[in-house]
Amino acid sequence: MSNRIINLLVPVVSVILGLLVGAVVMLVSGYDPIEGYAALWDGIFGDAYTIGETIRQITPYILAGLAVAFAFRTGLFNIGVEGQLIVGWFAAAYVGIAVDLPKIIHLPLAILAAAAAGALWGFIPGLLKARFKVHEVIVTIMMNYVALHTVNALIRTVSDGGDNTGKIHPSASLRSDFLENMTDFSRLHYGIIIALAMVLVMWLILEKTTKGFELKSVGLNHHASEYAGMNVNKNIILAMSISGAFAGLGGAMEALGTFEFISVKGGFTGIGFDGIAVALLGANTPLGVIFGAVLFGSLKYGATNMPNAAQIPEEIVSIIIAIIIFFVASGYVIRLFIERLSKKKEAK
Amino acid sequence: MEHVIEMLNIRKEFGNFVANDNITLQLKKGEIHALLGENGAGKSTLMNVLFGLYQPEGGEIRVRGQVVKITDPNVANNLGIGMVHQHFMLVEDFTVTENIILGSEPTKAGMISVKSAAKKVLELSELYGLDVDPHARIEDISVGMQQRVEILKTLYRGAEILIFDEPTASLTPQEITELIQIMRRLIEEGKSIILITHKLKEIMDVSDRVTVIRKGQGIGTVITAETNPNDLASLMVGRQVEFKTVKGPANPTVEVLDIKDLVVTDFRGIEKVKGLNLNVRKGEIVGIAGIDGNGQSELIEAITGLRKVKSGLVKLNGQDITGNRPRKITEAGIGHIPQDRHKHGLVLDFPIGHNIALQTYYTSPNSKNGFMNYATISKKANEIIAKYDVRTQGDHEPARALSGGNQQKAIIGREIDRNPDLLIAALPTRGLDVGAIEFIHQRLIEQRDNGKAVLLISFELDEVMNVSDRIAVIYDGQIVDILDPLQTNEQELGLLMAGQSKTAIKMKKGDSKHV
Ligand SMILES: Nc1ncnc2c1ncn2[C@@H]1O[C@H](COP(=O)(O)OP(=O)(O)OP(=O)(O)O)[C@@H](O)[C@H]1O
Ligand SMILES: [Mg+2]
Repeated sequence: MSNRIINLLVPVVSVILGLLVGAVVMLVSGYDPIEGYAALWDGIFGDAYTIGETIRQITPYILAGLAVAFAFRTGLFNIGVEGQLIVGWFAAAYVGIAVDLPKIIHLPLAILAAAAAGALWGFIPGLLKARFKVHEVIVTIMMNYVALHTVNALIRTVSDGGDNTGKIHPSASLRSDFLENMTDFSRLHYGIIIALAMVLVMWLILEKTTKGFELKSVGLNHHASEYAGMNVNKNIILAMSISGAFAGLGGAMEALGTFEFISVKGGFTGIGFDGIAVALLGANTPLGVIFGAVLFGSLKYGATNMPNAAQIPEEIVSIIIAIIIFFVASGYVIRLFIERLSKKKEAK
Repeated sequence: MEHVIEMLNIRKEFGNFVANDNITLQLKKGEIHALLGENGAGKSTLMNVLFGLYQPEGGEIRVRGQVVKITDPNVANNLGIGMVHQHFMLVEDFTVTENIILGSEPTKAGMISVKSAAKKVLELSELYGLDVDPHARIEDISVGMQQRVEILKTLYRGAEILIFDEPTASLTPQEITELIQIMRRLIEEGKSIILITHKLKEIMDVSDRVTVIRKGQGIGTVITAETNPNDLASLMVGRQVEFKTVKGPANPTVEVLDIKDLVVTDFRGIEKVKGLNLNVRKGEIVGIAGIDGNGQSELIEAITGLRKVKSGLVKLNGQDITGNRPRKITEAGIGHIPQDRHKHGLVLDFPIGHNIALQTYYTSPNSKNGFMNYATISKKANEIIAKYDVRTQGDHEPARALSGGNQQKAIIGREIDRNPDLLIAALPTRGLDVGAIEFIHQRLIEQRDNGKAVLLISFELDEVMNVSDRIAVIYDGQIVDILDPLQTNEQELGLLMAGQSKTAIKMKKGDSKHV
């Protein structure tokens, strides 16, 4: 069997296996799997509204996934996407509220602010790693907490003690009447175009630019990169900053599209952490990230329909979703299995 | 005589490429069987098939007469087959014993019992004269000792058949002598050995028979006693080959490299280069002879900017380059064939074409306005691949998939092609076949004849003596003597490298005259 067919087959088989095991879990706990999956399906593709909402949910996942994947491709583990996303969210919301400009300036400015805030949040662990050899995993985890609490404090300051910033000016919004009308008034916004553009940007950086050549090289072998005259430290810092910028843009999607404000958070959004799984599901490639985000976003959003439509408790729903994702993530094992099978067949 | 291993008509493909095509190798009990072939001929591949790392597409393997399927290395272990890989597989901060038992830990009531293992390791070590301390940590012991740990590992698992893949490539001459003794000892104890090496002298020395493969094809097996290095080389290459390095006298002119009172420390802060002075002129090859660990690595890394200089001066073409960044030094006119090709020389997961562009990727026409021009990179890479006979299926293949010797040829091609004023060649022919060594030596001499300077670092006295115009002997971080290769011999060099002063050597000579 050719490699290309196997590459396509692996995720498909994985998803089917995950669905099967999920069905068993539903059966064992006394729920009807057909009804359950029908509810999941409806929750994802049921009507124009749910499709719109599903795509809206996928949007930040793409950007969070890109952030993790980009760092990974340059040899870094960015566990701080969550924090970078939160600061990006705040920065975009703040610019959206604090100034009033024509849309053509205001919207890009707010988006850029989010990217810059995320980049700064990535720059710091990059700098610490380059300068003092502090492992980026530790720093990025800590930076998540710093982001969460700093942003909460900032929201209170900006809103004079309130717990949300209030709505951004329409001139900074990504919302679109056109998209809303098309999807039965879901919150689908133009952010999906930005997210897809960023997929292209990541591909361009890594595969076409000279900087991308360096970033990949440093990630794969920093000794050889140093030998080749690359500035390893600068590249580490740059890689973390770009990764953070993608994450920050994920925050902008929430600030300028979905919610149009930011409120004090009791805990993490989870999008940043899910971004790790999205990137891994997508094998850290730009196109793969779309696949991972679609899977993650639609399951997450669709699953919210399962308790309502099929009376399956949320806990069981979480288990089922986790099982499906687990199977997709175990693609390696499944690939091995398919290869063995196809070899045996050829031998016969 | 009984065959312990029979590999019959083995075929191994990688995609459309046939790495082993109908190769037969039969190993008799108690023999040392050499496996000879050019770089990329398929030797490592064949041995990886025997060790269960690759599954063959055709052919049959018999162990002690029984047809077997070796599906993974565990199966090989159970059949009594052990392999010492060219690149060691040891955990740096584990002890010798811990490394040996890794994967088959002996347990007592659920706990690993290192003590009994250490005892067994010591027993084995004494039986075969391996001289290994079971409690030493891997990172603290020499390369030769690490290799003996790898040998112990296979013996500990009960190996009766040992595969050595280029065991001598990374050893010093002294360590090679020791290894050869160890191999003889193993045979006395009833083991059988398959030995891959490019050094015909070693083959003539220790082996009983030789199987030759050429471009993936089995050529045949000859009895060592009935052949000679020349015949072996022609069998391997498929035509008559010339060995002798042809080289006219050097015409050195102005100084290119000038090193004054250089002091360099290692990562622990211990001085390894201790006030070293050296110069290299245009149109000459200076060879640095010395035993590994006398400051050679630190010296090269200091010149090329990979390591900090503590004090002293490095000048290139009269311009001070001390402590500059590697890129600045490269651009000032230095080419560097690094000692460790996997650490510094290559990004193994990059295509070989990218690797060939590793020093020039950012310059026009490879890069324009921040964007790469992979078409020109590919074109240039293919030129170098052709010129330096790098055997690969194309410039897009990952460097990792190339055979060791072909990886080396790609690096050499990359560095020489830039035509640097000073070429630093550290162990440039490590792991190369005889033909390739000859070819590389000619390229170094060509550089010299074109008025460039070459600094050659080698542990092989043959190479230093044949290629250099001047030999600088390094001992304990200093150049202790400069010799004319035509007026010295291996013995004198050996003594100087071991730290004897010239006057002491002269006195000894005088003594022997009197008796
Ligand atoms: N994993 C792989 N994928 C694709 N090609 C491979 C792979 N391993 C080896 N090859 C190819 O098979 C050929 C034989 O390689 P092999 O490593 O067996 O050579 P070798 O005889 O050991 O050479 P050397 O003396 O340089 O070590 C080479 O052309 C190499 O490029
Ligand atoms: Mg090999």
